Amino acid sequence: MHLKRSFMAGLAASAMIAGAAGAEPVKVGMITTLSGGGAGLGIDVRDGFQLALKMAGAPEVELIVEDDQQKPDIAVQIADKMIQSDQVDVLTGIIWSNLAMAVVPAAVAQGKFYLSPNAGPSALAGAGCDKNYFNVAWQNDNLHEAAGAYANSAGYKNSFMLAPNYPAGTDAIAGYKRFYGGAAAGELYTQLGQTDYAAEIAQIRASGADSVFFFLPGGMGIAFMKQYAESGVGIPLIGPAFSFDQNILQAVGDAALGVKNTSQWNKDIDNPANAAFVAAYTAEYGRLPSLYSSQGFDTANLLLSAMAKADVADQDAFRAALEAADFASVRGDFAFGPNHHPIQDIYVREVVKEGDVYTNKIIGTALEDRGDAYAAECKM
Amino acid sequence: MLLAEQVLNGLQYGMMLFLMAAGLTLVFGVMGLINLAHGSLYMAGAFACAAVAALTGSFWLGLAASLAAAAALGALVEVVVIRRLYARDHLDQVLATFALILVFSEGTRWLFGSFPLYLSLPPVLSGAVTLPGGLVYPAFRLAIIGTGALVAIGLFWLIGRTRLGIRIRAGEADREMVAALGVDIATLYTIVFALGAALAGLAGALVGSVQSVQVGMGEPVLILAFVTVVIGGIGSIKGALVGALLVGMTDTLGKALLPAFFARFMEASAATSVGSALASMLIYVLMALVLVWRPTGLYGARA
Repeated sequence: MHLKRSFMAGLAASAMIAGAAGAEPVKVGMITTLSGGGAGLGIDVRDGFQLALKMAGAPEVELIVEDDQQKPDIAVQIADKMIQSDQVDVLTGIIWSNLAMAVVPAAVAQGKFYLSPNAGPSALAGAGCDKNYFNVAWQNDNLHEAAGAYANSAGYKNSFMLAPNYPAGTDAIAGYKRFYGGAAAGELYTQLGQTDYAAEIAQIRASGADSVFFFLPGGMGIAFMKQYAESGVGIPLIGPAFSFDQNILQAVGDAALGVKNTSQWNKDIDNPANAAFVAAYTAEYGRLPSLYSSQGFDTANLLLSAMAKADVADQDAFRAALEAADFASVRGDFAFGPNHHPIQDIYVREVVKEGDVYTNKIIGTALEDRGDAYAAECKM
Repeated sequence: MLLAEQVLNGLQYGMMLFLMAAGLTLVFGVMGLINLAHGSLYMAGAFACAAVAALTGSFWLGLAASLAAAAALGALVEVVVIRRLYARDHLDQVLATFALILVFSEGTRWLFGSFPLYLSLPPVLSGAVTLPGGLVYPAFRLAIIGTGALVAIGLFWLIGRTRLGIRIRAGEADREMVAALGVDIATLYTIVFALGAALAGLAGALVGSVQSVQVGMGEPVLILAFVTVVIGGIGSIKGALVGALLVGMTDTLGKALLPAFFARFMEASAATSVGSALASMLIYVLMALVLVWRPTGLYGARA
């Protein structure tokens, strides 16, 4: 029932370079969502991660991938198994913040490194930060903060806000409101994994809002956008990139054209690492990378950069190597803040159609060198 | 205006539940069988619709395929598995049909993959229409309400006015006597099961079109369909209709109004947690109240 795949990268080659500096084998456990409505996110993170390993040639990385089915209890079971019987050195892969909150504190307490390719709940960025926890994507609030900043510059004064009721959802609305200066026409939390948005759309219609900010990643976003387009409510949408990733856009189609969204990455960011990534990803998997793919790719490259400098058994040296973030991120400039969360630029994108494919293009920068609001609370 | 739209949403949800519950209550009432795999037939209908619509580009062919596929699958399951369960007790039936859920879910995952499928609505039913009174409502959801009403009328006619209906009612009342009178009870059961399956498949295709088609979509609906059957009274189509509308309205209005009520004196996120938890409970409170008042359900003849 569980999708399990072992990825042995370059065993033969590793025999030849055994003994070289930093070539100690590292066992990586990836817990991610590969089935159900959230499957698109986990598949992209996994594919991005595996592509980076493949492009790096022959690093001694043994990757174990397991499907958490977007369920916290299953994620915890997998993490226990990976830590106790597989004896992994590094854990990664979790997409959803509620799953991250269930797994990460216990994993880092047992002396494992956790590199987050997606979830960045505020609890793990502030008082709950840990020296072995690194977030390679963003703190949850970041893209929503940028959306709030964009809403101001677009002149919106009365936003309706919609997010699922889980840690990343509350972070989303908190982040949006941190920068957005207008009034709230309504603030609504939905069930995680909900597929019918008729009741919410009725409330949006009745609210008199001039804009709708929504954060609905994966299948939720597809269902909402399709139903919103059918409903005849014409209020402009804004949101983080999670509501407009490659999977969502292809399923939603024309209804998404022209919508503005915020992201730390896009395929048109101009740097050599990104150009190579987009070309290799498209060639390998036959589809465009999403921001989740880029985060998986960066996570693997961060890991490889640390492995080149230090042995994972020497935790202090390995941690220092991770903190240096000495790798070419596909999003351009990248550094870790004091709480091991990224400091990075966040862009505004617009949904466009290129040939038959719906995708995004960057139209401006919403926030420059943005860290996060919780770093000061972190004592590690 | 908002309330009117939410009432329509509740009506649409209720009609969808009715399509599910009608088949369930017939099978439960006529054959005395608890069929947990009814949700899998709902899923099968949705996938058949998605696959055929993707293949042919026609939503209507997909809809026809959902009816045909679910009915065929229902008949097959009845002949191969269910037929052996009539004489067994309810625990054996629950175990066997639960096994069917696992088989169908994994089979569908194997055939179609884990990623949800999305359907495009036919142009005539896409977009929104303005109702009298200025209410704007999605056309497809209105079509679901209309379909539910048509199916209800059709079923009342079938059960009340046709020879097949007489046999179904007779089979419900006393199966040995019906068999003794020369009615082929095995074929009758297969027909009833296939009919219930077709309605579940239709519900799956309609809901899949507005939401998404994915593995496991049937189980949350199945639980509510059972609640509906119990509220309405086992074996009663009228009960299924009234029960489904009650459950649909209670659920939708509860989920819409309770969080808004708690948001008056709580933080939005906490209000949603409390409100939607209470709203999910409301259905079971409703069921408990109905059962206290009428232990056999609203229109049930026997417990």
